[in-house]
Amino acid sequence: MLDLSDYGTSDFFQILKRRHPELLTTLNSSDVVPNPQVPESSFRPYEGTTVLAVVYDAGVVIAGDRQATEGYQVGERRIQKVYPVDRHSAIAVAGAAGPCIEMAKLFQVEVEFYEKTEGVNLSLEGQANFLSHLVRANLGLAMQGLIVLPLFAGYDVKRQRGRIFKYDAIGGRYEEGDYYAIGSGGKDARATIKKRYTPEINRQDALEIVVEALWDAADEDIATGGPDLIRNIFPILYTLTEDGVTEVPEATVEALYREFIAQL
Amino acid sequence: MSTPYYVSPEQIRQDKEDFVRRGIAQAKEVVVLEYKDGLLMVAENPRKTTFKISEIYDRIAFAAAGRIAEYEILRTVGIREAEIKGFRYYREDVTAKWLTNLYSQHMGAVAQAWDAKPLEIELLVCELGVEDAPDNSTLQNNRIYHIAFDGIYSEEEKYAVIGGRATAITEILQQHYTDNLELSAALKLVTDTFRTVEADAEDDYEITPQTVEVACLEQTIERRKFRRLSTQEVTTLLA
Repeated sequence: MLDLSDYGTSDFFQILKRRHPELLTTLNSSDVVPNPQVPESSFRPYEGTTVLAVVYDAGVVIAGDRQATEGYQVGERRIQKVYPVDRHSAIAVAGAAGPCIEMAKLFQVEVEFYEKTEGVNLSLEGQANFLSHLVRANLGLAMQGLIVLPLFAGYDVKRQRGRIFKYDAIGGRYEEGDYYAIGSGGKDARATIKKRYTPEINRQDALEIVVEALWDAADEDIATGGPDLIRNIFPILYTLTEDGVTEVPEATVEALYREFIAQL
Repeated sequence: MSTPYYVSPEQIRQDKEDFVRRGIAQAKEVVVLEYKDGLLMVAENPRKTTFKISEIYDRIAFAAAGRIAEYEILRTVGIREAEIKGFRYYREDVTAKWLTNLYSQHMGAVAQAWDAKPLEIELLVCELGVEDAPDNSTLQNNRIYHIAFDGIYSEEEKYAVIGGRATAITEILQQHYTDNLELSAALKLVTDTFRTVEADAEDDYEITPQTVEVACLEQTIERRKFRRLSTQEVTTLLA
């Protein structure tokens, strides 16, 4: 017979923790090794770098570069750091790539599971709060240097505007009004956005600012990947509006970069 | 100590079947049928938040007739098991056949337990075929599984009906169903069928856009193929 004991639970993370802890290899604080004896040089996980989000008049743009590093080497050129969550939200992740991708995937399933079992969408605020728990569940690994930091953005259908949430390593949740960028090139990206950003900008301006900010991050930070015109690799951008989550087509991103480079 | 009366296994099974049949006879029907872009599901249900038809997974939907408390548990547990399987392996590995087996085993075990009442429900598990699957595979076909209260299930083709007057409705569909119907034509076929059956009923249940629950699994949607149709949309389609 099916085990019906957790009927009524809309929290997929809880269900996995209780029934299948083996599927939560990294997001399970019981896995904390008290004194890791791994010499620093021999263990280099892939790390993802710069992700950012910018609010504009109709919603919010969320974007990330495509490079993952392994120490001072390029680990992966085409990694995806931005993931749609539900019809109006998306998560971008920076930090140790493995746990980052696991957190994004689990978060997406969690929100969808809630929606299907309850028959209504989990509110944007509810999603942002839940993400705090996931970041906190990674605390053990964060203490060992495997930090996962998400940037969460969405279009709040009740308040009718784009919103951005950032997190610290122990799960603290902070809302940003206009824009934010995290990861190794985050500070450089923020410096660019700060100079160019004005409230109530339109979509085109927002896309241009994002492209320029990611360019500057790649320019100043060795870990952040810029547009690769030879291999045709470009940052991934999503717009989140009342109409839903839309990926900005690669051709549009390429055109934005070519235009930007021509002005340099 | 008194000796318990002997009751033959045939008698026990017959009693349970009669008991469930009386329960299901009261249940309003749900119809699923294939149309041009996928699978359409329609139920007689005037309520707006307690559903008979629901989304389970990317390409899989669930429909139930009978006691809501009993099938609601199976619905959420189905979503749980599907999400766990998809999380462990890959989303494409979650299939209606697998889910049907899961429900079937559970319902069969409950029906056979000496100290439990059989579930007074009937289920349909539907899955949309994979449009771009290779031509020589059977993955392109839509799947419809009909699970009875005792876990016995059958694979149906083109359409299936559960609920009290399932036989009468199936007979009408047999006469009027054609392949490749447009969504509006398919919906009209079902509502007309409901109307015909209701005309024979003692207390008349009026079939209007407000009193039917409509959903579909549609090929044209990205990833999550399940879509619930609003009353407004149903009104337009039936106009």
